[in-house]
Amino acid sequence: MAEAKIRNYTINFGPQHPAAHGVLRLILEMSGEVVERADPHIGLLHRGTEKLIEHKTYLQAVPYFDRLDYVGTMNQEHAFVLATEKLLGIDIPPRAKYIRTLYCEIGRILNHLLNVTSYVLDVGGMTPLLWGFEEREKLMEFYERVSGARLHTAYFRPGGVAADLPAGLLEDISAWCEQFPKILDDIETLVTENRIFKQRTVDIGIVTPEQALDWAFTGPNLRASGIPWDLRKAQPYEVYDRMDFDIPIGKSGDCYDRYLVRMVEMRESIRIMQQCIEQMPGGPVKVDNRKVAPPPRAEMKRSMEALIHHFKLYTEGFHVPAGETYAAVEAPKGEFAVYLVSDGTNKPYRCKIRAPGYAHLQGMDFMGKGHMLADIVAIIGSIDVVFGEIDR
Amino acid sequence: MSFLDRTARTFLLIELAQGLMTTFRYMLKPKVTINYPYEKGPLSPRFRGEHALRRYPNGEERCIACKLCEAVCPALAITIEAEPREDGSRRTRRYDIDMTKCIYCGYCQESCPVDAIVEGPNFEFATETRAELMYNKEKLLANGDRWESELAARIAADAPYR
Repeated sequence: MAEAKIRNYTINFGPQHPAAHGVLRLILEMSGEVVERADPHIGLLHRGTEKLIEHKTYLQAVPYFDRLDYVGTMNQEHAFVLATEKLLGIDIPPRAKYIRTLYCEIGRILNHLLNVTSYVLDVGGMTPLLWGFEEREKLMEFYERVSGARLHTAYFRPGGVAADLPAGLLEDISAWCEQFPKILDDIETLVTENRIFKQRTVDIGIVTPEQALDWAFTGPNLRASGIPWDLRKAQPYEVYDRMDFDIPIGKSGDCYDRYLVRMVEMRESIRIMQQCIEQMPGGPVKVDNRKVAPPPRAEMKRSMEALIHHFKLYTEGFHVPAGETYAAVEAPKGEFAVYLVSDGTNKPYRCKIRAPGYAHLQGMDFMGKGHMLADIVAIIGSIDVVFGEIDR
Repeated sequence: MSFLDRTARTFLLIELAQGLMTTFRYMLKPKVTINYPYEKGPLSPRFRGEHALRRYPNGEERCIACKLCEAVCPALAITIEAEPREDGSRRTRRYDIDMTKCIYCGYCQESCPVDAIVEGPNFEFATETRAELMYNKEKLLANGDRWESELAARIAADAPYR
């Protein structure tokens, strides 16, 4: 009998598959129902952010960062404003630091809530998503009250934040922090011990600590593999060195551990938020340097000098000394960083964005190898990819 | 977890029963959804929605065509042409906002030295054609006239923080 040649079946997973989390196109080489090779194709959401920023002033570049990872937006802005401030060599007032820390943690919860609950939806549970979105709604209301937008906030600015917290907001956030752990408990009751969820996630997509380091994993995905690395502890920025919090780590690095790490991280974020609210100092929220931050409106209307500064800042922007810097923050998804090169003008010469999701998506191949097609869905859900930041 | 404990949990479906209990508890809770077109969620005075050009109480346009908003707009959505009027004051001849380009960052209202261009509380301005989203000066001034009482209240409420 002649030898039959069998070619592996290749299927397209996405870009319009609802479980592909956006516009991921995954080319899967299947042997029966087992995945032999997973090849992610990216670029369907490419908007040329890095190039666009080269033609924008430093202030105008801020809104672009909201549109990278559009789930927890302020964390991205944070990396950019930190890089700019590093080049400018300015230190922001303590109140601005606390506000930034507070809102970064809100962003972390926003991100983890969406990720965990939509991940559970992907593997078959619908209820947590509805509960999670109710809480997200409340958090986005906090975003809206402080900045005027629910997602694309443009709130962090080089030299501080755009405006002070409105009266009563801290009390409301504090009240929310009180009730939120109960919602987390309810979600955990439904999911954590659930046998269907565990069958879908335990021992799926295992990442060993070595693999995690080799593939430049960061954030919850790295910590789930058992490596206690968190930029908030390793190289504290803003006021994280004054906060008392723990970083959870996983044991086996499978999909289930990544879920658990995110659940615990949300509780730790609440602790940080409560400490921020407790210690929130008074004072200004912008640097007093008129060459960087615009003057208050009342002053702008009275003083000629302030008006000149106002006009200068909103047309030309500020000039940043020549140099290059790398500023990294622990964004909800991992190490989000900006490599900024300045040539001394009012626009960045180059702005390289390091998106954590990009590195995580590269792991798709070794994580998915040998698993069933349905497990690919669980793996994509657990590594938390958002295409805004991967395609940039 | 010991073997006995684990086996008991497996056979008695404990975690599934607990989950069902939780879901049932939520069924009896008051609903959190709102009946959208009739009920709306709260908006803060800082909310950035549809643009409007305001007037002074005497009916004169506020905008002095300084073009700060045009310069600061990251999306290049604003186009302004200016010329002196018969009475010698500097005003815009043309003030267009391409609402399809606008990213609602709020920089225009931040930069405006006379509080002329503002982003109002209206977020329900969807249209059926693209052309309707190319706002011109008449449309923006009409928006300002329609929303003026709310716009003034919002600016007053947020004034201490700006």
